[in-house]
Amino acid sequence: MSDSVDVSKGLPPNPEKATLEGKNKFLGFWVFLGGETIMFATFFGTFLGLRDGTAGGPSASELFSLPLVFIMTMLLLTSSLTSVLAMYSMKKNNFKNMMVLTGVTVLLGFAFLGFEIYEFYEYVHHGGLGFTTSAFGSSFYSLVGLHGAHVTFGLFWFITLMIRYSRTGITLTNAPKFYLASLYWHFIDVVWVFIFTVVYLMAIGGA
Amino acid sequence: MATATATNTNKSVLWDWLTTVDHKKLAVLYLIAGALFFLKAGLMAIFMRIQLMSAENTFLSGQTFNEFVTMHGTIMLFLAVTPLIFAFMNFVIPLQIGARDVAFPFVNALGFWIFFFGGLLVSVSWFFGGAPDAGWTAYVPLSSGEYGDLGLDFYVLGLQISGLGTLVSAINFIVTIINMRAPGMTMMRLPLFCWTGLVTSILIVFAFTPLAAGLALLMLDRIFGAQYFNPGSGGNPVLWQHIFWIFGHPEVYILVLPAFGIISEVIPAFSKKRLFGYTAMVFATLIIAFLSFMVWVHHMFTVGIGPITNSVFAIATMAIGVPTGIKIFNWLFTMWGGKIIFNTAMLCASSFVPTFVLGGVTGVMLAMVPVDYLYHDTYFVVAHFHYIVVGGIALGLLAGTFYWYPKMFGHKLNEKLGQLMFWMFYVGFHLTFFIQHILGLIGMPRRVFTYLDGQGMETMNLVSSIGAFMMGAAIIVLLINVVYSAYTSKRVTVRDPWDARTLEWATTTPVPEYNFAQTPQVRSLDPWFYEKVHGDGTMKPAEPMDEIHMPNGSILPLTIGLGLFVWGFGMIMMQMENPLIPEWIVIGAGVIITFGSMLLHSIHEDHGYHIPLDKIKKIEKEVS
Repeated sequence: MSDSVDVSKGLPPNPEKATLEGKNKFLGFWVFLGGETIMFATFFGTFLGLRDGTAGGPSASELFSLPLVFIMTMLLLTSSLTSVLAMYSMKKNNFKNMMVLTGVTVLLGFAFLGFEIYEFYEYVHHGGLGFTTSAFGSSFYSLVGLHGAHVTFGLFWFITLMIRYSRTGITLTNAPKFYLASLYWHFIDVVWVFIFTVVYLMAIGGA
Repeated sequence: MATATATNTNKSVLWDWLTTVDHKKLAVLYLIAGALFFLKAGLMAIFMRIQLMSAENTFLSGQTFNEFVTMHGTIMLFLAVTPLIFAFMNFVIPLQIGARDVAFPFVNALGFWIFFFGGLLVSVSWFFGGAPDAGWTAYVPLSSGEYGDLGLDFYVLGLQISGLGTLVSAINFIVTIINMRAPGMTMMRLPLFCWTGLVTSILIVFAFTPLAAGLALLMLDRIFGAQYFNPGSGGNPVLWQHIFWIFGHPEVYILVLPAFGIISEVIPAFSKKRLFGYTAMVFATLIIAFLSFMVWVHHMFTVGIGPITNSVFAIATMAIGVPTGIKIFNWLFTMWGGKIIFNTAMLCASSFVPTFVLGGVTGVMLAMVPVDYLYHDTYFVVAHFHYIVVGGIALGLLAGTFYWYPKMFGHKLNEKLGQLMFWMFYVGFHLTFFIQHILGLIGMPRRVFTYLDGQGMETMNLVSSIGAFMMGAAIIVLLINVVYSAYTSKRVTVRDPWDARTLEWATTTPVPEYNFAQTPQVRSLDPWFYEKVHGDGTMKPAEPMDEIHMPNGSILPLTIGLGLFVWGFGMIMMQMENPLIPEWIVIGAGVIITFGSMLLHSIHEDHGYHIPLDKIKKIEKEVS
C-alpha cells in the first residue's frame, strides 16, 4: 500500500492521507472520536444530574477557583496551537520543526497535568471533597479524571512516536501516526473547553 | 477454507489460527465462539423451563435461577448473538464489496480476542462464588456494592472488556464499507447486508460507548465506593436506568438489523427476483437506526418520570413501526410472483416475516403507556422480546448459516436434517412463547423462580416448557447436521451453488486468502447476477493481474486480550476476601501485557508481504 505512492520527488502535499492505509486510519480515528464524544457526553450527563448532590459536603462554588482553571485552560489551548503548527510543519516536510513543536506540546501537556494533580490534591486535603464524599464528588472526579487519563495517554503516545521516529524523518508510514495523535490531542482540548464551561464556569456563575 | 491452497509458510495449524488476521478465518472463530456461548445460554434456558414446568418446583434454588436468568440474557445478547452476527459480517462484507480484506486486519483480530477474553471473564464467575444475579439489566441498588455479590464484578469488568472488542470491530467495519469498496460499488449498489452491517456498526459506536461509561460508573461504585447511585449521598438510582437503556434499546437494533440484512439477501436469492424497493429498504434501515436512540424511556414508563415524557417516548416508539412495516412489505413483494425455492434457508427467512410481525405488534401494544402499567414486568414482555430475538434474530442467523455455509466451509448442510430442524424449531418456538403472552396477561410476573399451585398457570407453563425442549432438540439436530454433512456432503466446487446475485458468489470455492485475484469492476446492483445475464458470467476485472499485498499474522491481538483479562481479574480480586496473591501484582501484570503488546505493535513497523504473480496464477488454476 505505501509502495503504491511515488515518493522519489518528495512527500505528497497531504502525507497523512496519501496511502490507503492512511485514509483508513484517518476515517477510523474520526469514528473512534465520535464514540469517545458519546462516552464523555455520558459522563457530562452524570455530572450535570448529580452536581447538586453534595450531601452536606463542599459544593462546587465553594471549591473552585477561576485563576487556577484559567491557567490550565491557557496551557492546554496553547498546546493545541503548537500541535497544529507541528502538523503544518509536517505538511511542509520540515521534520525538525515538527519534532520541536510536538515536544513543546508535550511539555505544555505535562504542565497542565501537574496543575490538575495539584488541584485534586488541594480539593481532597484542604477542600474536604473526597471521591466518596458525595455524588457531586464522585461525578466531578470521574469526569475530570477521565479527561486527565486521556491527557496522560496522549502524552505517552506523543513520547512514543517521538522516540520511535527520532531519526527517520517524515515518511508515509509515520505521517498518519503523528497526524492521529495530533487529532486526538485536539479532541482532548475540545473536551476541556466543555469541562471548563460546564463544570467550572457554570458553578461559579451560578447557572 | 483457503488454508490448503494458500499456505505461505509452514506454520502449525494451531499457531496459524491463533495469529490469523484473515477475515474469513476470524469469521470461523467468531462462529465457533458464538455457537459455544449460544449453547451454554440455551442450556440455561432449558434448566429454567424445567424449573417452571410445575408449580412450586424445587429443581433449581431461587439463587441459581436468578443467576441463570442473568447469565442467559447477558450471554445471549453480548456473547452469543453479537459474535454470530460478526461472524457473518466478517466473512461476507469484504466479499460482497469486492475487497481483499477489511480495512484493519490487525484490529479485526484484536476485536475478536478482546471479545473472547471478556466473555471468558464473565464466564469464570461460576468458579468464584457464583454468577451475576441482578438480571442482564443490573439495576442499582440490586447490583450496587451494598447488595450485589462478586458475580456482579465479573459482569461489570467482563462486559467492559468484551464491549471494547465489539467497539473496535465496529469501527473496522465502518471504515471497510466506506473505504474498501471495489470500483463501481457505489453506496446505492451495496448489498443490503452491507448496509445493515454499516448501520449496525454505527449504532455500536454510539451505543456501546454509553454502556462503557455506565459500566465504568458501576465499577467505580462497587470497587472504589463512588456515590452516583446512592440517594443518601446525593446520588440517583434512576441514572443507571437511563444510561443502561440509552445503550440497551439501540442494542436490540444492533442485533436485529443484520438479521434484516440476511433476510434481504436470502429472500431475493431463493425467490429469483431482485429485492423489492431497495432504496426504501436502505432508508428504512437508516430511519430505524435514528429512531432507536429516541425511545429508551419506553423501558422505564413505570418509573414515574411523568406523563409528558412518557407520551413523547410512546409516540417515538410507535413511529418505529412505520419503517419496519416498509421492510415487511418489501420482503412480501419480493416473494410475490417469484419462483420460490423452499429450502431450509428460505424456510427460515420467509417464516421470519410473520413471526417478526407478531413481535412488532406486541411491541406497539407495549408502547401504549396506560396499558404498559399492566404488562410491565410480566411474561407478556418476555414473550414480546423473544418474538424479536428468537423469531427475528435466531431465524435470521439460521437462514444465514444455511445460505453461506457452502462458501464458508466448502459443502452444503444436509437439507433433510435442515428442514427437520426448521420445523422442530419453528413449532417449538411458537409453543414456548405464544402462550407466554397469555401467562403474562393473567398476571405471571417475569424473573420469578416459581409460582403457587391453583392459579391457572400450571398447564400453560408445562406447554411452554415442552416447546422449549423441542427448540433444544432442534439445535441438537443442527449440531448433528454439521457433523453429518462434514462427512457425507458433496464438496462444492462451483462458485455459485445457489445461483445467487451478490458478489460473494463470484469468488471461487474455497475462497483463496486474497479473495479476488483481480478486483472486480461492479456495473450494477446485484453485480454477479448482472454479469450472468448481461455479461459472460464472470466479473470484469478492474485491474491487471499483479502481485497481491497481504498483512502478516500476529499473536499480539491475543496477548492484548489476555492482558485485559488479567487486568480485569485483578480488579475483581480487590473485592475478594483473601486473594492468594496481592491484587496489585495481577493488575500490574495485566496492564504491562496489554500496553506492552500495544507498544510492540506500535513501534514495530510491519508492512506485510506480497504474494508473487506466478503463485497467484497457480492458486487460481487449482481452485477453478
